[in-house]
Amino acid sequence: MTGYERTHSVGPHRVGRVIVYTLLILFALYYLMPLFVMIATSLKSLDEIRAGNLLALPREITFEAWAKAWASACTGVDCSGLKGNFMNSVSFVVPAVVVSTLIGAFNGYVLTQWRFRGSDAMFTLLLVGCFIPFQVVLLPMAQTLGWLGIANSTLGLVFVHVVYGLAFTTLFFRNFYVSIPAELTKAARIDGAGFFTIFWRIILPLSPPIIVVCVIWQFTQIWNDFLFGVVFSSGERQPITVALNNLVNTSTGVKEYNVDMAAAIIAGLPTLFVYIVAGKYFLRGLTAGAVKG
Amino acid sequence: MGALSIRNVTKRYGATEVLRGIDIEVEDGEFLILVGPSGCGKSTLLNMIAGLDSITSGEIAIAGRVVNELSPKDRDIAMVFQSYALYPNMSVRQNISFGLKIRKVPHDKQQEIVARVAKTLQIEHLLERMPSQLSGGQRQRVAMGRALARDPTLFLFDEPLSNLDAKLRVEMRTEIKLLHERLGATIIYVTHDQIEAMTLGDRIAVMKDGVVRQLATPQEVYDNPADLFVAGFIGSPSMNFIRCAVAQGDGRLGVQLHEGSEGSEGFFFPAPEPMQQALNAWTGREVILGIRPEQITDKTAYSGQNPNVVTRLAKIEVVQPTGPDTLVLIHLNDTPVTCRVHPEAGARPGQPATLLFDLSKLVFFDPQTEKRIA
Repeated sequence: MTGYERTHSVGPHRVGRVIVYTLLILFALYYLMPLFVMIATSLKSLDEIRAGNLLALPREITFEAWAKAWASACTGVDCSGLKGNFMNSVSFVVPAVVVSTLIGAFNGYVLTQWRFRGSDAMFTLLLVGCFIPFQVVLLPMAQTLGWLGIANSTLGLVFVHVVYGLAFTTLFFRNFYVSIPAELTKAARIDGAGFFTIFWRIILPLSPPIIVVCVIWQFTQIWNDFLFGVVFSSGERQPITVALNNLVNTSTGVKEYNVDMAAAIIAGLPTLFVYIVAGKYFLRGLTAGAVKG
Repeated sequence: MGALSIRNVTKRYGATEVLRGIDIEVEDGEFLILVGPSGCGKSTLLNMIAGLDSITSGEIAIAGRVVNELSPKDRDIAMVFQSYALYPNMSVRQNISFGLKIRKVPHDKQQEIVARVAKTLQIEHLLERMPSQLSGGQRQRVAMGRALARDPTLFLFDEPLSNLDAKLRVEMRTEIKLLHERLGATIIYVTHDQIEAMTLGDRIAVMKDGVVRQLATPQEVYDNPADLFVAGFIGSPSMNFIRCAVAQGDGRLGVQLHEGSEGSEGFFFPAPEPMQQALNAWTGREVILGIRPEQITDKTAYSGQNPNVVTRLAKIEVVQPTGPDTLVLIHLNDTPVTCRVHPEAGARPGQPATLLFDLSKLVFFDPQTEKRIA
């Protein structure tokens, strides 16, 4: 950081600062507004919502709406809240993230450290996978799942998301591993390490920064996915995104805004959690010692 | 039986021929240098010896055993890389013992070897550090330690000093040479630096365009270059090449030269006796004369009565002091010629100076084939 020259705040410079900060704060408030409305509404009683202002703080804080959204709100005919669907989501998101990340790491390792004839062409083909819209693969995927006998199952959803995510995870890891000097693999080969030993003992230990990026990306994508969830699962196996939609659209008389808001926040919490926890582990420069300093 | 035999080895990538028939025999305990400009195939050859790259045709044998089909780990070799290639997630100790661990050497034995190697290289105090906490020179030592731990038949060095700064490079050079003398190991060492090649090697293989142009001792390569490329590549500042005609004078063959540009007064340098025969066929034709800068000097240190030394007056154009010597530039046959004079000679640009030309080590090249004539 020695190259930076410290500029002292003088006249016009300071004015610029003030403008920048004012704008930033305004935009931050603007973007935080919906979240504020959601949290405030979820903590209000239905009477208060009907009577009061959308932006007002709750007069009396109540967690009833949260309890209902979690355990007893109706999603269609079933009235047991989101808790089952939340666990559904966890049960296919976690394996899908882990498997797609591992395979992505493995692909990246092969594409960079064990280049073969046509490895670049292979990578390009994989890249194309990133540009295929969800809708295009729906029908062929349904067919494939049927053939494999895993249609309408958790395993099926894991499979769909792993296949769809591979293009992205491979891209992440390939681009990360490209900067690892090939000499590292060569040295390990001369030391007697084989293909898998090098992957487990040398390459994977260097990967935490990109694993974090990949996990955040995959978790967000798969957790927030609605289309695959609604198409390839049904009934009590539905993921939370589908259940949230059903919950909001199921109206039995009164529209319960507080329950809708609480449910929406519950559905969004895990991704928020992943960002906050994993974001800390964005370690950089782990390979600094491998190449010249 | 030598430590390494390379027999008629070729390598092609598609239509590109990278190596065209390499033959090298390396004796046990020998320090062989592969030197050449980038793209000459020296690193490819080293990778092929290591088994990291396949051979298109030919044969490589290590300690009498043909290794063409063996994987790197079965070739009984160790390699030191330019980028050190230390495992960044392992401490120095783990780096050195990794190969031993993979080969299932018992744990006590591993520690014993690490201790011995660390002592040899004086890196005992670094054993628990991570590679990122080491300086370039220390990393280089650890990389060598990793190679030493294996105690292989053959050590391969791939430009190990190129990433170090100039001062450290000279230090490590001495250490590698010392290490070689102490261990008596067989070393194949790739470099593009001709000084490294000269100072370290028992023999040097000068390569260009996938061919070994000359394989000889450093002094032989320096004094008797096989062709124009070798002559120009080895030695710094580089050998002077002057185009001139072979002529007859005083009953001997020699070359016709003139100072400065065309039209000025010419003079004649007689070639030494052993070269007369070879020059015979070239009478009246143009050749390339090679003369090293130190063979053109001032008379400060000269006292002998060498019949091959002639004196000429020449106009000095540029003076470059280097400390121990001063390089001065003159013009012969429209070609700039570097001479190495003593600093005390007090050379001044624009002034004429008396220079002594030692003709005993003149070399002559065919301007077409660039091969050595005499």
